[in-house]
Amino acid sequence: MADLNPIHAWKRLLALPNDSRAKTVAVAFLTAAVCAVFVSGATVILRPIQAANRAAEVQLRLESLLSAIPGMADLLAASDAASLSTLVIDLDRGQAAEAVTPESLETTLLDTSSWTPLSPEQDLAGIGSRPDFAQVYILREEDRVALMVLPIAGAGYNGPIEAMIALEGDMETIAGITITDQSETPGLGARITEPAWQADFAGTRYQDPSGEMRFAVARGPAGGPYEVDGITGATRTGNAMTRMIRFWLGPMGYGPLIDAVQRGEF
Amino acid sequence: MLAREGLLATLTGPLLERNPVTLQILGICSALAVTTSLDTALTMSVSLTIVLVLSAAIVSLIRRHIPGTIRLIVQIVIVASLVIVIDQVLQAYFFDISQRLSVFVGLITTNCLVLGRTESFARSNPVLPSVVDALGNGLGYSLVLIVIAALRELFGAGKLLGHVVLPLAEEGGWFTPLSLMLLAPSAFFLLGGLVWALRSVLPEQAEAPEVTPPEPQEPR
Repeated sequence: MADLNPIHAWKRLLALPNDSRAKTVAVAFLTAAVCAVFVSGATVILRPIQAANRAAEVQLRLESLLSAIPGMADLLAASDAASLSTLVIDLDRGQAAEAVTPESLETTLLDTSSWTPLSPEQDLAGIGSRPDFAQVYILREEDRVALMVLPIAGAGYNGPIEAMIALEGDMETIAGITITDQSETPGLGARITEPAWQADFAGTRYQDPSGEMRFAVARGPAGGPYEVDGITGATRTGNAMTRMIRFWLGPMGYGPLIDAVQRGEF
Repeated sequence: MLAREGLLATLTGPLLERNPVTLQILGICSALAVTTSLDTALTMSVSLTIVLVLSAAIVSLIRRHIPGTIRLIVQIVIVASLVIVIDQVLQAYFFDISQRLSVFVGLITTNCLVLGRTESFARSNPVLPSVVDALGNGLGYSLVLIVIAALRELFGAGKLLGHVVLPLAEEGGWFTPLSLMLLAPSAFFLLGGLVWALRSVLPEQAEAPEVTPPEPQEPR
């Protein structure tokens, strides 16, 4: 009669010679199963804390971006009417997306149908394809837009750069920038995270009155109202920032949204 | 008594005499990448030591039942699982540092140091010596990382653990930072210098030259 006692079966398994086929398969399976349980458990248990960390990080960057903009602290403190609202934008139409909320944005973007592939000529920022929806922050003062904060991304020298750029109410002047993620060379390209460099963006215009995109990170000190100072030894990172900002403020990026705000639709 | 001395030797041996980084030149990739500042190096050292000790303990515990044909895969699966768990814990509780360590915690999996210890020591020794050996090697790795990171952060940024030690010239002090120290090559130079210094003090570490150059001959 077969011995069905699991303890005996376990002992029989352990007693098998190490190189027998059954034991090889059993050890491989057991190791994989135990490790899988362990890894999945850790991931599932820790995920809420990690998500909270990421959200806090974005919030922190947003606050530091806002506080770095000249006059913004006064504006926020002065009136209760000045409030920061979060909005998901349909980039193609330049309007608020009805079907997508900030909560459902992440799930929506997992679907490849909500991304637009970019041709090489369009793809200034080097991102390959562009999400159709983006979460932007709009600061209103009474009933006009005083500031709009837009998330942007692009390919840097060593890896992707993610940033948030703030436009003033006229939608023609950059109010500030903050880098949320980058992996540029420490000491050179990574200096884009330094507040001293970012401070130069405030008051820079990105297009001339005819609407032509003029923004650039200069090679060396900035010349003219459309340039910011370059970083010595980080030409490629600077060029990447130039292309990224030109793309996202252009017609394939937030152009339609910027037009809509200028028409007073927000 | 004798066993205890043996354990002590197992623990202290890898610190200087058989240091995994400077003698065996293992784990160089991470030693270069995470040593730009002291806090990332410390986190990396602690993570690697924990992974090393736990994987040595587990491998040693099941050493009699690992089939020879799949032993490397079993060891790598165990190490990789531990690494993922550590990475998740870092992302949950040390978010800032885990952002700066980026992929290098994940790359502990492929650190030759870990597999080297489980394969060459833990697989053929009981749990206690294996754990002590792993701890010793982890500490040896940590020692090198901390020395290099301290030098790089001190001379590259004038700080230690974020505290200003050498006031920077641009902030009104006198010290002009050496930007080279923040780039990967400086870790090569420092590590090379460290290996040279160690082998000068302990000449038995120097390897015998593999080839002897031919004697110069007068042209005829």
